[in-house]
Amino acid sequence: MSHGPSAPAHGHGHGGDAAPYVPVFTEGSARRRELADLITRYPSKRAALLPALWMVQQDRGWISEDAMREIGEQLDCTAAYVKGVVTFYTMYHQHPVGRHFIQVCTTSPCLCAGADDVVKAFLEHTGCKELGLTSPDGKYTVIEVECLGACGFATPVQINEDYVECVTPEKVPGILAALGD
Amino acid sequence: MGYPHKSHPQETPVLSKHFGDPAARTLEGWKARGGYTALAQALTMAPTAIQDVVKASGLRGRGGAGFPTGLKWSFMKLEDGKPHYLCCNADESEPGTFKDREIMRWTPHALIEGVAIGAYAIGAETAYIYIRGEFSEPIRVMEAALAEARAAGVIGPNAMGSGKRIDIWVHKGAGAYICGEETALMNSIEGKRGNPRIKPPFPAVSGLFGQPTTINNVETLTAVPHILNNGAEWYKGMCLSSPKSTGSKLFSVCGNVAKPGNYEVVLGFPFKDFLYDLCGGPPAGRKFKAIIPGGSSVPVITIEEAEQVRMDYEGFLEVGTMLGSGGVIIFDDAQSMPRQLARLARFYAHESCAQCTQCREGTAWMTRILERIVAGQGTFEDLDTIFDLSESMTGKTICVLSDSCAAPVVSGIKKFRGEFEALITGRRSSTVAVGV
Repeated sequence: MSHGPSAPAHGHGHGGDAAPYVPVFTEGSARRRELADLITRYPSKRAALLPALWMVQQDRGWISEDAMREIGEQLDCTAAYVKGVVTFYTMYHQHPVGRHFIQVCTTSPCLCAGADDVVKAFLEHTGCKELGLTSPDGKYTVIEVECLGACGFATPVQINEDYVECVTPEKVPGILAALGD
Repeated sequence: MGYPHKSHPQETPVLSKHFGDPAARTLEGWKARGGYTALAQALTMAPTAIQDVVKASGLRGRGGAGFPTGLKWSFMKLEDGKPHYLCCNADESEPGTFKDREIMRWTPHALIEGVAIGAYAIGAETAYIYIRGEFSEPIRVMEAALAEARAAGVIGPNAMGSGKRIDIWVHKGAGAYICGEETALMNSIEGKRGNPRIKPPFPAVSGLFGQPTTINNVETLTAVPHILNNGAEWYKGMCLSSPKSTGSKLFSVCGNVAKPGNYEVVLGFPFKDFLYDLCGGPPAGRKFKAIIPGGSSVPVITIEEAEQVRMDYEGFLEVGTMLGSGGVIIFDDAQSMPRQLARLARFYAHESCAQCTQCREGTAWMTRILERIVAGQGTFEDLDTIFDLSESMTGKTICVLSDSCAAPVVSGIKKFRGEFEALITGRRSSTVAVGV
């Protein structure tokens, strides 16, 4: 439930000169088999939509309009329907984000623990000019996120998949260094 | 037990007994700790007999509503010839609540056993555990445990050799607080936007995929194997105050407190002892000021009120708040209540699914007013507007998200009005020691 990043700063979205879209669920691919297997868990094909979106995001880092169309074809729904679902959930990226996507929880229990200062420290040490903008080197995007459900370990920060718990401003440089490139 | 702390002698670790012990995560490790004996027993019983035991135990839903679990199960018509579904709500997103995360991280097989028993007791062959998308680690742990349980035949087409099919799948959410609302969760599994549905029909009549469905919280289902193993009387005996509140409960404690973490106590435990003995009191040099005891959606109480409370469903009601999910958020005397409540209102405004006008507009409007007050630009009329607004936000929408925004805000203004007035008039408030 993130405050989703705003539109990309430097037009590395789906521009006119972008390379043609390479499908994820091609005939005979592992992803195609995985999706077919997933569909068997549900009485309706459409129930595999959230998992299919996760697969695309895992492989491509974000979900483009072309990807929405492809998923729609796989699950017998329109691209517009898929977009309606994508836009409801805050974790699906509708444009590329930094290689390290950093989400700092700032809901009340974390605010008590000083989450505001953690946000400032991440912005300062990543070179991200503001929340939602990717750093010029494409490495980081920092956003505020609503309750991560780890309030006893304030401030939790989610970096890509994983949580880092009990983050304070002093720990931020070390955390970033450990992320590597 | 207060993971990451050592268990306190006054805790009653039933669900949390193995928190922090990685050996309890495997099938072998879980069986060595008495796991899956309750499921084996359940599969020899009639589903209605299991419902009766759970009814007799007094177990009530641990997700927030406190509805009697056995009664909920009995709403499922067993011989209707329709496919039934069990949904396990692991969307834990209520600010202040982080107990289900620990159950899944440390004792995944405890949850699987509870889900399997629950599914069998309501005549379901398929159960989905809906886990919020942010919970990558709990998802990995649950997936690994489910794979192990499937491979060993504990669940699957012939669960524990009983001839009964019990399939359990993890369904990963994608970021939406509202998907913890039961009908929104069902829509989300169906591959839809997570909008809550109008009730009736209730899930037991028409739920997931339009079929009879029961939805239970992680902690509720995890308690069930213990009830079958030890008996309803044993569970009912865990009661320190109201006989309507039985069993042990995990309380997640966070905010301004010396020892944040999860603590498991028998319902009816004195809140004062809990706060000062188990949780270690306030941070050094500070005093407790206010508490939201049941996750962010319940009314705020003052520390004076809190110190009188017994920790059960009825006890919290007596002081005008609720047990809710057991997420205890503590504010000390350095915190500005207007600032904290403005931030909470922002949470609800962000998470509104925007179906209902009262919620979509109300949560956003309330947030704007509160932020204006915090910025020193509020008026006394603003406080009246919030009270008016809260009336249209309460009891008038499809789900209770807007009610949940109004509850802490309205109670907070009533109990800490001086802090709001101080910001409006520009004078210092007597109840904020430091801070805004």
